[in-house]
Amino acid sequence: MTAPLLPPAFAGLEPYAATWCLATEAERYARRQASTMPVLREFYDACFPRLEEAIAHCDAHPLDDLPDDVLRLLQLVYSLVMVSMSVEIFQQVKATDAADAELHRTGEPVP
Amino acid sequence: MTRWPKPPEGSWTEHYPELGTGPISFEDSVSPEFYALERDAIFKRAWLNVGRVEQLPRGGSYVTKEIEVAGTSLIIVRGLDGEIRAFHNVCRHRGNKLVWNDFPREETSGTCRQFTCKYHGWRYGLEGELTFVQQEGEFFDLDRPATGLAPVHCDVWAGFVFVNLAPEPEQSLTEFLGPMVTALEGYPFDRMTERYVFHADNDSNWKLFADAFQEYYHVPSLHSQQIPGAVRTGAGFECAHFRLDGPHRLVSTGGARRWTLPPEYMYPIERATRSGLVGPWESPDIGEPPPGLNPGKIDPWGIDNFQIFPNLEILIYRGWYLMYRYWPTSPGTHRFEGMLCFQPATTVRERLEHEVAAVVFKEFALQDAGMLTGTQSALESAYANGIIGSFPVNDQEVLVRHFHHVVGEWVEAHRRRAAS
Repeated sequence: MTAPLLPPAFAGLEPYAATWCLATEAERYARRQASTMPVLREFYDACFPRLEEAIAHCDAHPLDDLPDDVLRLLQLVYSLVMVSMSVEIFQQVKATDAADAELHRTGEPVP
Repeated sequence: MTRWPKPPEGSWTEHYPELGTGPISFEDSVSPEFYALERDAIFKRAWLNVGRVEQLPRGGSYVTKEIEVAGTSLIIVRGLDGEIRAFHNVCRHRGNKLVWNDFPREETSGTCRQFTCKYHGWRYGLEGELTFVQQEGEFFDLDRPATGLAPVHCDVWAGFVFVNLAPEPEQSLTEFLGPMVTALEGYPFDRMTERYVFHADNDSNWKLFADAFQEYYHVPSLHSQQIPGAVRTGAGFECAHFRLDGPHRLVSTGGARRWTLPPEYMYPIERATRSGLVGPWESPDIGEPPPGLNPGKIDPWGIDNFQIFPNLEILIYRGWYLMYRYWPTSPGTHRFEGMLCFQPATTVRERLEHEVAAVVFKEFALQDAGMLTGTQSALESAYANGIIGSFPVNDQEVLVRHFHHVVGEWVEAHRRRAAS
């Protein structure tokens, strides 16, 4: 049994943590692009109902001093945002008609 | 669909009669000859934005900028006196690229007290002066004071750093920007230091990509998913205001803000995060906006989209802004730079609002980038095979018409100068 990655209140999301707690947009986008829609839907369906609660939990901490487990919860929320594009908007992994276009995020704030 | 009043002439296009109303050519976006002319006619004459002062926070801060279309790399550096200067990124000894990090062709940034050439160790101060020559006694008649870095004209407006590659610019930066753009002075660009930066190499001419960001006529078709399927009608979109000033352009949008619509007009992730397609629902107050913002006095106002000639776009969403630059790399390719700039988040919730805006921006920009590869190849085919030479452009696309018109004027003026 590995140590939990997320705050105890979010133990139910642990099965997704190792895959989706990713620090950068580049990693989150790459993970989404390498996933199938059933996998994205399962992640979305498990996490979206906890989203408001997860935001509130993270927001109780100062942005520049998040404990490790809270930081990972925020990264999971970021991944949910990334995956929601596919699940809610496009019903496919990549944006419709984006063809082989790429757009690399090369700078972003932390966290 | 909201109907916004048009000028007394009946259309935005006819309000600017020099533009005409006939079909226009896009051969300027496929012709290698035209591309070669743009290099001297535009990119070696116009003021070009290469960054923001916040990227050069202190004396010794520098960035390098690759400008392929002008065949140059620049060093932009803040001196210990606070001045920002630009130099060609070329060592005066044997022409090595002076400043680079991992790879010579990649841009870099950092802070230093002097620049040291990797090749033979020549050193230059922050004001470009040659300060050290290895084994100086081995040289013949080396005039050290005359062997500083080659300077490039550089000026700053509202924190935007511009360069001009002409030996002597024909206009000062503020003259070039003109009254429409400079009336934005006072907008708190300097407070919006939280940046989400994007780069892409796109398979389309720089102007074709800019075209997709200066008209909203394509939005209901290419970006139909911006409206949730249940309430999607396919109705057209009409912009509230267009304005031209010299080579620069503005379009303002208006209408009910997305988040004031019934909830079904937003996606669940937008409702949960209070952010989305047009950014955070609420931004920190920016005080009284400058007169240049929303000059058409549109109410309710949406976005101001400034197209600053030749390759800079600033989209102002009241409390945050987006900036695009399009750098030509060949007749059919360009490098795109995009930046979302926010006032720094003070809470997780605010940071998440910014993240959502940046994620949504990328998804829809990818649609433009993917499709424009098709525009480029089809236009190349149309001109190569003599099938179609001109294309109708409507009143909602007046800025597209104006952009290609101005590019043509600058190229023609250059031809005349070269001939005389």
